[in-house]
Amino acid sequence: MAKHTLSVLVENKPGILARVAGLFARRGFNIDSLAVGETEHPEVSRMTIVVNADESPLEQVTKQLNKLVQVLKIVELDTTASVQRELLLVKVRAERPVRSQVLETVNLFRARVVDVAADALTIEATGTSEKLDALLRDLEPFGIKEMVQSGVVAIGRGSRSITTGPALRAAS
Amino acid sequence: MTRPTPEVLAHRAHPTTPAADTKKPQPSQTELLTGAQVLVRSLEALGADVVFGIPGGAILPAYDPLFDSENVRHILVRHEQGAGHAATGYAQATGKVGVCMATSGPGATNLVTPIADAYMDSVAMVAITGQVGSQSIGTDAFQEADIAGITLPITKHNYLVKSGEELPRVLAEAFHLAGTGRPGPVLVDIPKDVLQKQTTFKWPPVMELPGYHPTLHPHGKQIREAARLIGAAKRPVLYVGGGVIKAHASEVLLKLAELTGAPVVTTLMARGAFPDSHPQHLGMPGMHGSVAAVYALQKSDLLIAIGARFDDRVTGELSTFAPNAQVIHADIDPAEIGKNRVADVPIVGDAKHVIEELIAAVTAEQAAGRQPALKDWWATLDDIRGRYPLGYEEPSDGTLSPQYVIERIGKIVGPDAIYTAGVGQHQMWAAQFIRYEHPATWLNSGGLGTMGYAVPAAMGAKVGMPDKTVWAIDGDGCFQMTNQELATCALEGIPIKVAVINNGNLGMVRQWQTLFYDQRYSNTELGTHKHRIPDFVKLADALGCVGLRCETKRDVDATIEAAMKVTDQPVVVDFVVGKDAMVWPMVAAGTSNDEIMFARGVRPAFDQDDV
Repeated sequence: MAKHTLSVLVENKPGILARVAGLFARRGFNIDSLAVGETEHPEVSRMTIVVNADESPLEQVTKQLNKLVQVLKIVELDTTASVQRELLLVKVRAERPVRSQVLETVNLFRARVVDVAADALTIEATGTSEKLDALLRDLEPFGIKEMVQSGVVAIGRGSRSITTGPALRAAS
Repeated sequence: MTRPTPEVLAHRAHPTTPAADTKKPQPSQTELLTGAQVLVRSLEALGADVVFGIPGGAILPAYDPLFDSENVRHILVRHEQGAGHAATGYAQATGKVGVCMATSGPGATNLVTPIADAYMDSVAMVAITGQVGSQSIGTDAFQEADIAGITLPITKHNYLVKSGEELPRVLAEAFHLAGTGRPGPVLVDIPKDVLQKQTTFKWPPVMELPGYHPTLHPHGKQIREAARLIGAAKRPVLYVGGGVIKAHASEVLLKLAELTGAPVVTTLMARGAFPDSHPQHLGMPGMHGSVAAVYALQKSDLLIAIGARFDDRVTGELSTFAPNAQVIHADIDPAEIGKNRVADVPIVGDAKHVIEELIAAVTAEQAAGRQPALKDWWATLDDIRGRYPLGYEEPSDGTLSPQYVIERIGKIVGPDAIYTAGVGQHQMWAAQFIRYEHPATWLNSGGLGTMGYAVPAAMGAKVGMPDKTVWAIDGDGCFQMTNQELATCALEGIPIKVAVINNGNLGMVRQWQTLFYDQRYSNTELGTHKHRIPDFVKLADALGCVGLRCETKRDVDATIEAAMKVTDQPVVVDFVVGKDAMVWPMVAAGTSNDEIMFARGVRPAFDQDDV
């Protein structure tokens, strides 16, 4: 099985998230990550869905997705031809003696400190899953008190836009 | 397969106005009405002439203006499931959208089975449900059920209406979605306060369906490729599904079949799509299909599947289905193509357009001299169908043969009538032994296999086609699930005829117990023989119907004729038949079509016929 990133443009209406998520669940897919937000057109929302799936079941689920009346377009984004990012917020134990080491790690990963407490720092980082995994690995020895991650958002490289241009290969 | 995507997503794509029945009143000015009035006016404008339903608290406001409507006839059923199947029967018999209505909570959940049924068999149905008031939604209010959530996986689309203003648009969209593309059920859930509040009404509304663009016209390249394969195939088979009936493509199918000379098989949902009397027709494929139809698919080198979906009941064990065949698969739903069997030539389009374009392309191939002789293929098939015809043995215990009864009904009543069936042995026999000559004359629950479908579906069909004779071929098990709708039929003047093929048992389950469970008949005996409970003749009488009984072969014709003479009342005939009759041929579940049994212990000798 391989990871696939689907960009799904949908009508920005209530219930569509349940329809999409339900469809994946019914067909036995585990969604790795899902992020939803408005696009440049307020009536259109964009879902970025990452799933682990073989080609043929993925094709079937994509076709089923396309049948949802409120789904407008589906594009599979290739990892090399797209920019993919996640957001991580992580609260790390950072008492005086180790604080500078924590900050050094933050700088190495071009992350940012967004909140400071006497014994902890909250760090914000964006990047690919791989980069965030590496950052977490390096912070781990200091003690991770709490963390939260967003789903992946992704956009194709180059000037072409999936929301206005002619249809890219509908991922089906 | 790709589906056309909207070119400019930012704009509401192609505002479309609903197709309205021009005979119906067409208000054009904005009026101030209640939501309930808007609902009824919209139904009138959409040409919905019949609604099957039951009122209740949340939907009650709608029933007030419905009382006054001159164009919408409401038929008060006895159970919401009956309303749903009646809407399905109406839709399948007429080709129009069937409408059913129920109140919130239990009213709505009683519609779940017919909605799932319509979804599996792609039937154009709109279900309108009342919902508790907007302020109460989510509070576990009295008779509250999240019916939109419940029906999410079994509707083509559904709506929870938020305001009276959007009602005309939502209803227009619901009818449009239900009846176009691959048809299916659409549910519209309307909170009580939306029905009560005043709102403005303007018709026609503008539909907003930017993501809905069914592909009707096939791709020319795919059609040419299909024609090329047809021009080269030595053992082609036209594998015809229910999509052909939905697309009204029977006439063109006949042309294509005669042009190519290929054998035709019609699935359970497609019985009637191609005349049974036609010499190219091999019958029904699948678990209880004819040996010739099953054999033809297994040995074929080219399946031309049109509006069919390679259902497990047709393919048997998928990995051994038609192992040497290339596949042309045409369907209006791209998701069906390649779902179960890889298609060599996928064609997305409406069956009628696909067939019309195939006719043109095949004609061109033939003009170029590419028209294979199918003589050897037909010689093999004719031999097989000669040796393994559809048939049955008279019961050795002297009881009445159920197949004989059904065969005689078909013969005496004829191919212009409409037949419905429940689910089980009687359904298979009705599919096998009644000869269908016209589309939309055979209505049954194919995909979901809903016992109890026959009576309410017959009611709906008769309402839609009042001039046709409508026979429900039912089993004693099925009949006891929905026979209360006979009261509706009696009171509303819907004179259907019901043949209860009464073998005293859940016959198909019993057949499996006979074959696969060492004849341990656990919970399949219904007592309709042994105790005559219920007595179907008395029950018919109690429900305002004429009740007849037939127990011997020599009375069969006279009883059917007596039933045919009654035209002002529903008729129920209790045909008391033997319990040991079995449906043959049979491909046991999960086995290969190659393992088809012609009768118990009799396997057709195929191997030496291998082509």
